[in-house]
This record gives sequence, C-alpha cells and structure tokens, in this order.
Amino acid sequence: MAAATVYDGLSLLFQFLNSFGFLVLVTVGLAIVFGMMGVINLAHGEFILVGIYGTALAYHAGAPLPLAMVAGVVVTTVFGIVVERLIVRHLYDRLLDSMVATWGLSLVVAQLLLIVFGSSLDSISTPMGNVAYGPYTSSVYRSVFLPAAALVVLGGLFLLFTRTEFGVKARATIEDPETARAMGVDTDRMYVTTFAIGSALAGLTGALYAPAIGAITPDRGSTFLVESFVAVVVGGSSVVVGTLSASTLLGLVNAVFSWQLGTFVGLMAMLLVAIVLLRLLPNGISGYVEDWRERRRADQ
Amino acid sequence: MRNASRRSLLAAGASGIGAALAGCTGSGSSAGPTVGILEDRSGNFQLNGTSKWQATRLAIEEINEDGGILGEEVQIEDPDPQSDNERYQELTEQMILEHEVDALWAGYSSATREAIRPIINDYDQLYFYTTQYEGGVCDDTIFPVGATARQQLGAVTPYMAEEYGEDIYIIAADYNFGQLSGDWVNVIAQENDYNIVGEEYIPLNETDFSSVINRIQSEDPDFIMSMLVGANHENFYDQRDANDMLIPIGTSTTMAQGHEHIRYEPDALTDVYAGVSYMEELGDERGEGFVDAFYERWPDANYLNQEAQNNYFSVYMWRDAVEEAGTFDQEEVISVLEEGMDIAAPSGDIELDGATHHMTHKMRVAHADENHDISFDGEQFIEPTFLREEVEGGEGCDLREESKQTQYEPGDVYDV
Repeated sequence: MAAATVYDGLSLLFQFLNSFGFLVLVTVGLAIVFGMMGVINLAHGEFILVGIYGTALAYHAGAPLPLAMVAGVVVTTVFGIVVERLIVRHLYDRLLDSMVATWGLSLVVAQLLLIVFGSSLDSISTPMGNVAYGPYTSSVYRSVFLPAAALVVLGGLFLLFTRTEFGVKARATIEDPETARAMGVDTDRMYVTTFAIGSALAGLTGALYAPAIGAITPDRGSTFLVESFVAVVVGGSSVVVGTLSASTLLGLVNAVFSWQLGTFVGLMAMLLVAIVLLRLLPNGISGYVEDWRERRRADQ
Repeated sequence: MRNASRRSLLAAGASGIGAALAGCTGSGSSAGPTVGILEDRSGNFQLNGTSKWQATRLAIEEINEDGGILGEEVQIEDPDPQSDNERYQELTEQMILEHEVDALWAGYSSATREAIRPIINDYDQLYFYTTQYEGGVCDDTIFPVGATARQQLGAVTPYMAEEYGEDIYIIAADYNFGQLSGDWVNVIAQENDYNIVGEEYIPLNETDFSSVINRIQSEDPDFIMSMLVGANHENFYDQRDANDMLIPIGTSTTMAQGHEHIRYEPDALTDVYAGVSYMEELGDERGEGFVDAFYERWPDANYLNQEAQNNYFSVYMWRDAVEEAGTFDQEEVISVLEEGMDIAAPSGDIELDGATHHMTHKMRVAHADENHDISFDGEQFIEPTFLREEVEGGEGCDLREESKQTQYEPGDVYDV
C-alpha cells in the first residue's frame, strides 16, 4: 500500500515536471517580447514551429540531433531578426496593431510551410528512454531533461538581464528609451537584439520539442499559443519571476487535476485558475510582487 | 442489384490516366454538369483532406478522359475550405446556389458534416460524405459511403479481444465522433462480455498524454481502443513508445487516414491494429492499378488514404447512376442509387445499400509490426446493420419508403 502511494506520488511529480517544463519553454520567448517590448506576438507559435522545422529538416538531412537543434535555433533567430526589421520595429508600443500584424504573419508562415514542405514532415522519436517505477513509466526526456533545460534557460536569462552590460542597457531601453539614447545606448540595436533573443528562445523551444511533439505539421503553431498566453498573462510582465511562478502554479494545477480526473479536467482547471487569478491579480503574479515590493519600500 | 460499375471502374483504375490533359478547370463556369469538391488542403485536416481532393479530381479527370458522362465533360469547382466549418457553410451554399453542382463531395470530420447538413437538407443537395465515421446518418440526399464505427470497430475489437484478452481501455477524441465511437466500443463490449476498465475523452488540442499513459498503466488493460483524431493526438503514439508502454492498440482512426506508420519512426506504431476498408498497402491487381494511377497523377502525394479511395469509387458510383438515370437530375439519380449497386472498388467488390445509403464494406484488420510493415487479417464483409436492422425498434431506416433527415446514435438502441 505504502509502495503504491510512493509510485502514485512519483507519477504526479513527473507529470508536474513535464507540465512545468512545457509551460516555461513555450512561454519564455513570448514573455520577453511582450514583457520587455510591449509587443503581443500572436505568431509566437509559428516562431516555435520554425524551430521545429529547422531541427527536423536538419535531422532528416543527416545531422545528429544536438546539431540539428542548433540549426533550428539559428534558423529561428535569423527569421526573428528579419521579422523585427521588416514588421515588428514599426509596432513597438502599438499593442493592437502588433496583434493584428503578427496574427497575419502566423497565417503566412503556416501556409508557407505547407506550400514549401507539404502537409507533414516525418517525426523524430523521443530520445533518452524512460524511468520505470511500480506500474508506471515516465519519459526521461519529457519529465526530467526538458524541465531541467527550462530551469537553465530561466537562470541564464536572469544572469543576462541582471549581471551583464547588455542586460542593463536593454532594461534601460525598455524603461525609458529617450534617456537611454541620450546616455549613448543604441536603442535600435537593443530592440533588435532583444527580439532576436526572444526568437532564439522560441527556436530553442521548437528544437527541444521537435523530438517530443509527434506530428510535425504546418498547423501545430496554435498548439503552443494558448498555453503560452495563459502563462504570460498569469505571470505578468517580469520575464523570470512571471514565467517561473506562473509555470509552477499552472503546471501543478494541471498535473494534479489531470492525474486525478483526466486530461480534460486538468485543462479546464488550469484555465479556471488563470481566470480567478486575473480577477484577483490584474497585473499578474509578478505585478503583485512588484506592488508588494514598492509598498514595502514606501513603508521603510 | 445491378452491376453497372464493375467493368468500367476496373478499366479506369488499370488504364492509367493522362489526366492532366482532361481539361478540367478548378475555377470554371457552371455551364454543363458540375461537381463540387470541398476537401481540406490547409488547416487542421489538410493531411487527410488533400488526398481526398486528389482522388476525387483523379476520378473526374479519368471520366472526362473517357468521354465524360452522358457525352458531357464534367466541370469541377473545388475551393479549399481550409478545415474551417464556417467557410464550409459559406462554400456549400456557394456550390449549390452559384455553381448549381450536380453532386457534392465535402468534408473530413463529422463536425464539418454536421455543420453543412442543414444546408444540404434545405436545398436537397446530393452529397457524398466519404470519411469513415460514427454512423447513424439516415438522410434523404446524403450518401455516407465510408465505413461506420459499427463496421470498423466491429472488425477490430473482437479481433483484439481474441488475440489479447477482454479488458479494454478506451481513449477517444472529445467531440461527436469520438464520443459516439466510444459508445460503440461499449456496445460491442456488452454484446461480447468484454470489460471496459477505463475510458477517457481527450480535447482535440491536447498533445501531452503523460497522465493518460499513467492512468492506462494503472489499470493494466489487455488492449487499448483508440479513437484519437488529428495531428495533436498522434503524439500519443510517440509518447507510448517513449514510455515503452507495449499494450496493443485497436483503432478506427490511425494509419489508414493519417499514414502514421509512414510518418513516425518505428517502432511507435508497433502492434497497432486498425479496422479498415482500404489502405494503399492492400495490394492485388486492381488496388495496385489504382495506386499507380493515383501517384502518376499526383507524384508528390504523401499517401493514398482510405477516405480518398471512398471519394474515388463514389465518383464512379455517381457516374454510373447518372448514366442509368439518363439525366443529372439529382432526385432521379438518387432514385437509381436507392435501387442499390454493386461496386468494384479498389478495396474490393462492395455494395451500396439503397435503403440506408450506406455501404457493405469489405473490412479487414491492418497490423503494423515493429518495423511498421503492414499486414492484413480478418477479412469479412460487414453490412450497415445498425441503420437497416436495429434502429426504429428493429424496423430499420428505409429512405426509399420514408423521407428522413436523422442521425441515430447507439444510445437510441442500446443502454450506453
């Protein structure tokens, strides 16, 4: 009996890690572009898709999987820079315009992938095998490797934006572009670099999920969009704090309810929690944390 | 029963095509006989819809190459509905009112069929729905020529129970097709004293099956019955492989439509058994002639799926009915079809049941081994008995006798 409880607990833990890793990785690129640049990128799912296609095409051309993943990230980064220069740079701080333009972009990308590569690419098997415990198994790649990669990404971003000169300049540009320019910061370059980082992270998500997504078809972008939006809205505008807190909370809710009552209930529970949280914390979790910090500073 | 189509279809299938020379247009006028083809070439169902569109065009082009129907070249109207049900509704009205099509082939999913059915009914449009489906549609002008759940699941579920044991776990897509297919597995289980040890209906946009897999492992069934649908759900097979969950799977939806055994690396589809009427791997002289003709016309096609075969033979079925009627008038063509018809389809010699507008299909169980090679077993003819013998208190549905626009469900007859 006790052993069965331990096995059930492990099953729940692995499902949480699986869900947490997915939420962090699909959210983080969107969070950077939205949180730091005020652009709602409705083509975020298609950016991830470009990473998946880049990886899958390189892999099927004979590249080893890690190298194919690098190719996926590079392709998406270049794609992001081109999109920023041609479209997005005209849309900073124009929220609704950016939504319409990027939604149009998402349709164009999906259709172009269909025209160029056909209705599907051959899939890539999930590597790394599984861990078995009691009656259950869990995929090592999905439940251990991807959550670990998600934490590394968040740690890396934290260091990038708080411990490097680029991070200081980027945050200054986002806070007050006029002053930053007056201080000699090339804000145009900061914008394109930040957007490129967001794109690279979307590409990384695509690369990491290429062997875990199953069917690789041109319409898969929408798969990623809903959950990433829910997580960004719940998390708020701070990239690291928002993404980490929202993914932990939503991942936990999803895992517990899916495990107990089924996939449909898990999804509904996650969306209900998001709605309730938005009613209570309109600026998301990181907005609440920021307010709390400011209140504490004021009290002091 | 007549045997009008056998010879001509055989000849057409084997003859190859030269179809590009046939002179059909995709955007031509509505002068002369016209068919509407609404099949998805983009969007969520493009993977399945594209080959349906290709096979329908192929059949029309072959017929035109062979002199047309009643001496007239058949025109084609075939805009892309993009897997969007609202667009389907608009285009269906456009096909009927603007192009005045003489027959319509449209739609992959049951949700699409139900979205356009009221329009079809309003205008008494002759409509061929060719996807395998949950069954039960008894409708004056609709010919659902794909195998029904009763036929597909009736072929594969007893086969699986015989091979592996009687404890079944059901997973299905959470919409009308999946729910009703799940009901049918329950009916078959009741009839045979099998045990349903678990049942779950999964939203169409779900891609993560880790909790589903753990619940299945917890119940330890002898086999899984899977009626998952669409590209998102296909991920189940890869995750099953990653989890080494070797429990065999019976299905009505996988392989014959989305050719997952080709698109997925072995051994994701190991021991998946599909109840099918047709797969391109079926072989035999007639089937191979059809496959050759299809790829000659569409060299870049991914796969010739079961539904495409249904489109193909039903175009010839319609051609023969028109020639028998001596007119394109839809009411008269339907009257001819309701006399019943023997069809020499690539899937085998099959039969249209005039009373119910459904087909007696030659069903078989397709098995994917660890290399994803396909073999076939359990060949049998399965009649559309649900509509003909079970509904209406055993009276059945006879559209020759009574006008109907109904969809019967298993719950109308069984306690599910």
